[in-house]
Amino acid sequence: MEAQYVYIGLAALFGLFMAWGIGANDVANAMATSVGSKALTIRQAILVAAVFEFLGAVLAGGAVTSTIRKGIVDADLLAGSPDLLVYGMLAALLAAGTWLFVASRNGWPVSTTHSIVGAIVGFAAVGIGVDAVKWGKVGTIVMSWVVSPVTAGFIAFLIYLSVQRLILSQPDPLARAKRFVPVYIFLAAFAMTLVTILKGLKHVGLEISVKDSYFLAIVIALGIALLGAFFINRIESDPKADKKQHFYTVERVFGVLMVVTACSMAFAHGSNDVANAIGPVAAVIGIATTGTITAKSSLSPWVLLLGGGGIVIGLATYGRHVIATVGKKITQLTPSRGFAAELAAATTIVIASGTGIPISTTHTLVGAVLGVGMARGIEAIDLRVVAKILVSWVVTIPAGAFLAILFFFVFRAVLP
Amino acid sequence: MANMLANIFGSSPVQPLEKHVDIAFRCAKKLKPFFTAVVEEDWDRALEIRAEIEALEHEADNVKKEIRLHMPKSLFMPVPREDLLELLLVQDKIANRTRDVSGVIVGRRMRIPPPLAEKFLEFVNRNIDAAKQARKSVRELDELFTAGFKGAEVALVSDLIEELDRIETQTDEQQTILRSALFEIEKTLDPIDAMFLYEAITLTGEIADMAERVGRRLELLLSQ
Repeated sequence: MEAQYVYIGLAALFGLFMAWGIGANDVANAMATSVGSKALTIRQAILVAAVFEFLGAVLAGGAVTSTIRKGIVDADLLAGSPDLLVYGMLAALLAAGTWLFVASRNGWPVSTTHSIVGAIVGFAAVGIGVDAVKWGKVGTIVMSWVVSPVTAGFIAFLIYLSVQRLILSQPDPLARAKRFVPVYIFLAAFAMTLVTILKGLKHVGLEISVKDSYFLAIVIALGIALLGAFFINRIESDPKADKKQHFYTVERVFGVLMVVTACSMAFAHGSNDVANAIGPVAAVIGIATTGTITAKSSLSPWVLLLGGGGIVIGLATYGRHVIATVGKKITQLTPSRGFAAELAAATTIVIASGTGIPISTTHTLVGAVLGVGMARGIEAIDLRVVAKILVSWVVTIPAGAFLAILFFFVFRAVLP
Repeated sequence: MANMLANIFGSSPVQPLEKHVDIAFRCAKKLKPFFTAVVEEDWDRALEIRAEIEALEHEADNVKKEIRLHMPKSLFMPVPREDLLELLLVQDKIANRTRDVSGVIVGRRMRIPPPLAEKFLEFVNRNIDAAKQARKSVRELDELFTAGFKGAEVALVSDLIEELDRIETQTDEQQTILRSALFEIEKTLDPIDAMFLYEAITLTGEIADMAERVGRRLELLLSQ
């Protein structure tokens, strides 16, 4: 009886630690693009992040949470000794949290998702046995890490190409932007709402038919697009600034769009990455309260609150500085470019989240940025850093695994 | 604390290139008050301006070095790195020729013969115009990058370059007239002075030549 409180307490603590880390570092990547392009102030960015990360986690994060919770480790093998899974999940959380902390301190480009998946695979393979890992599922996840940035890059490439064709290379870019940007807003809002309704609302107990889902998504997206059009029409051109930079007012129109894609990005990030922190917590709680692994317990609301809350605390304590620094450094990502990258990344992430595959949101965003670059849209991309990101993959997975194995044996020896 | 998203953006060469051409133009522009002072034989004033020219040329050099340092081979850009470096090089030569011609003139305390003075000043001004037009064209670089080197923006820059070519052709014509005017009076001048006057005309004319080459380089970027 006593032990289960210890487990739950530790799981909550480690989960909070990891959620804090995600809020402090990872969210910056989702939000800094908007701050950098001056579409949002830092204060607004934090507010948007807090609200939409949370919504994303609750409405669309369920599938990923369940993959992290029970998709990687074959729980049937552990039916006789549920405590091993508890130690393992605790170890994985602490390992991923620690690795993220160390890595972000040193500025290494690591992914939250890679860390936690590496950690879970590590403790399961070494601590329990190679057969305990569902290698097929792990294979799918690892494949998705290649596929998702490439997909996002391709979508971003197409979006930015369309922006150049329809707006930027035209003789009257401002009039064109005012006409087409509401269409992009509609598309962004439609993609997000549709995936949420199709994949997310089931988890909160709402069932809507596919036909109704499409209808509802179209109505909501139209509403958002009209609201956007209203704000766009209020934008007055500034002839003096336009003379210096012909696209000054045009970019301000794209700024409105960027607010929508920033919300989408925060939502997508919440749907994918919050699960990395709360998945293991949910697994530990499930076992600790029922005593068995197989029992199908639902996700307790306070676990979601823990994940969402941790991220907001991370944002408030540390994330705002990261957002400010990153925002200052990515001035090349003007609203017209930034929205293409964000929209492509957010769509890819939300679709992946819907199918329960944990992908790296930051790597997907990097892929999307490269896609804009391929459309000759970005002035300079440092390929050395892109190479470093690729290398970090190879390091993060064994590092997370090694730490998880270490903590696993410590917990098994120390905990009751 | 580094961040992967922030770091994948290399430093953009566009703003620094625009800054560099601005310095080069401001340097060339100094030739107007400089030659006015020389014609009036106000050497204190001429030396003063010569010092300003040297300072600007130096500043352009520093910006040039800075740009080169931040343009590693690993940079992925919509246009070839070599073309941008070439553009930088010809921009820099506008400032270099300005320094050279002002240097020859103050070094030898050269006098512009009164019959040539007016034509010479006109010639200098038109060369400055060429540098100004080069600056105007290079200032479109960031818009070109945004529009992906396509469409209306390309047409706009092509027009700017055409105008630049027209200005350069005019400087060539002025140079021919100036040379024949000098030829007519050269026997009345000290032979070495006459030689260096020809030299000063050549160097000044090269400012418009370099400005035109800036246009050629931009055209290469457009044609990809």
